[in-house]
Amino acid sequence: MSDFWILLTGSLVAACCGIVGVFLVLRKMAMIGDAISHSVMPGIVIAFLLSGSRDSMLMMSAALLFGLITTFLIGLMQRTGIQSDASIGVVFTALFAIGVILVSLFARQVHLDQDAILYGEIAFVHWNIWELGGVNMGPKAVWLLGFTLVVIIAVISLFYKQFKLASFDPALAAAVGIPVAFFHYLLMGLVSMATVSSFESVGAILVVGLLIIPPSTAYLLTDRLGVMLGLSVAVGVAGTFLGYGASVLLDASIAGCMVVAVAVLFAAAFLFSPSQGLVVTKLRQRRLAAQAAIASVQKQ
Amino acid sequence: MKTLDKLHQHGAGGVKAPSGATSPLSVSGLSVAYQKKPVLRDVTFEVNEGELIGVIGPNGAGKSTMMKAALGLIPSISGEVLVYGKPCSEQRRLIGYVPQRESVDWDFPTNALDVVLMGTYGRLGWIRRPGAKEKAEAMECLRKVGMADYADRQISQLSGGQQQRVFLARALVQNAKLYFMDEPFAGVDAATEKAIITLLQELKKNGKTVIVVHHDLATVQQYFDSVLLLNVELKGFGPTSRVFTQDMLQHTYGGRLAFLDHTIAAGATEAHGGVSL
Repeated sequence: MSDFWILLTGSLVAACCGIVGVFLVLRKMAMIGDAISHSVMPGIVIAFLLSGSRDSMLMMSAALLFGLITTFLIGLMQRTGIQSDASIGVVFTALFAIGVILVSLFARQVHLDQDAILYGEIAFVHWNIWELGGVNMGPKAVWLLGFTLVVIIAVISLFYKQFKLASFDPALAAAVGIPVAFFHYLLMGLVSMATVSSFESVGAILVVGLLIIPPSTAYLLTDRLGVMLGLSVAVGVAGTFLGYGASVLLDASIAGCMVVAVAVLFAAAFLFSPSQGLVVTKLRQRRLAAQAAIASVQKQ
Repeated sequence: MKTLDKLHQHGAGGVKAPSGATSPLSVSGLSVAYQKKPVLRDVTFEVNEGELIGVIGPNGAGKSTMMKAALGLIPSISGEVLVYGKPCSEQRRLIGYVPQRESVDWDFPTNALDVVLMGTYGRLGWIRRPGAKEKAEAMECLRKVGMADYADRQISQLSGGQQQRVFLARALVQNAKLYFMDEPFAGVDAATEKAIITLLQELKKNGKTVIVVHHDLATVQQYFDSVLLLNVELKGFGPTSRVFTQDMLQHTYGGRLAFLDHTIAAGATEAHGGVSL
């Protein structure tokens, strides 16, 4: 049974991250995802201290709040002329460091160690069960991730055209009256939710891999945004299954194997994508060169 | 029209334009500053309906900035912009915008028809998605710019000129009354340039007002009814024959145009000198 729960949890993480990640990648904000995944940490710890549990709605709200604060501060610094990458670096390391201090100060109360935050404990998800009136409802992480996935799918499909236009051409979006800033923060809110729902399973560092690698893989394989969203989720889920298989064989970190698996899938797409793959492009060039050579011989 | 010309021929310097309720675009005292340096200072002008207006000036003169500020895309530090007598934010449906081609990522996973459809998003409101009617309109606009055969083409596989035509089709589907176009002629082939100017003239014939940021001085006299000369401040505004003179250009560009004589002479005889900045 634990296999089932681990695979389900991993797939839900992959789906949540895969969808919001597509918009991060297309808007060239991959590193913002990295920043948010780290800077929600103080929010998580504070919520933990207040509620004493790690799966409360309070934790979700606190992480959301810190995710939006991060986005806001980065935007503010960029507008005042600080380099974009420097702004990201300043904000997320500072907030993450505050989280580290909080964990070290209150380690005994929070039962939350830094390894768990950084690397996750997906192997243990099925131990943390949600009981409703004495009935076993399954792991809490699955419910939390399921809720997040429903919210993400609902928001993205409801406002698909706004997210699409704001990603492709924010100037036109603003010119036709779409509140671009609102949708920016809405997306960042979804990223924060995806991150905080996933961190318990895969940790704050590896979640970045699932936010960025599956969308980047899908980007190499299609020309359509809708297809890219579907492929991104598919790559993430495939990585979950392959990674879990590998981790059982190797007896190694599950989350680590999952991210390596999606990275391997990315490498495969990078080399063999029918439209942009390195190998395919080289072969095509060679074939064209050969055809040109034959044509010139025939002319003589 | 004549009275307005008199008012705006040297329209810079804080003279408040009469906010005619019928003018498609009335800008008064518009100033924009990035960080400390002003990039646009106290610009005042009012355009006439149904004209093609060229915005001319050296690099860094604030031409794109003026457009973006007039559209409310970037904050201005002072000034008022009225579109048909009302603030821009209330008149979004009347405004079409063609940003610079380089301002978007052409590797975005989408095709030509989809980009044109984006022009309908504004009128669809919050929830509605483009349907069969919008698709038919978008196809019609692609046909008008001669790109109907490329509807399914991934946008990165289009040439620069074709990409620009897709952008124009997107502006057409917006079905606006006032158009802002930021360098639609930049880096396009001769065929596309011809297609674009034909299209602009057709828009004008249908009573639309089109404001175009333009770089090629050789074609100014041929293309535009009015010219707006800009170099941080408004250097001149009025009918092309009156404003597009050597003196005024010298005043706008400073001493940097040794070939002005040639350009204006070439323009007057409608020859394509290809002189650009």
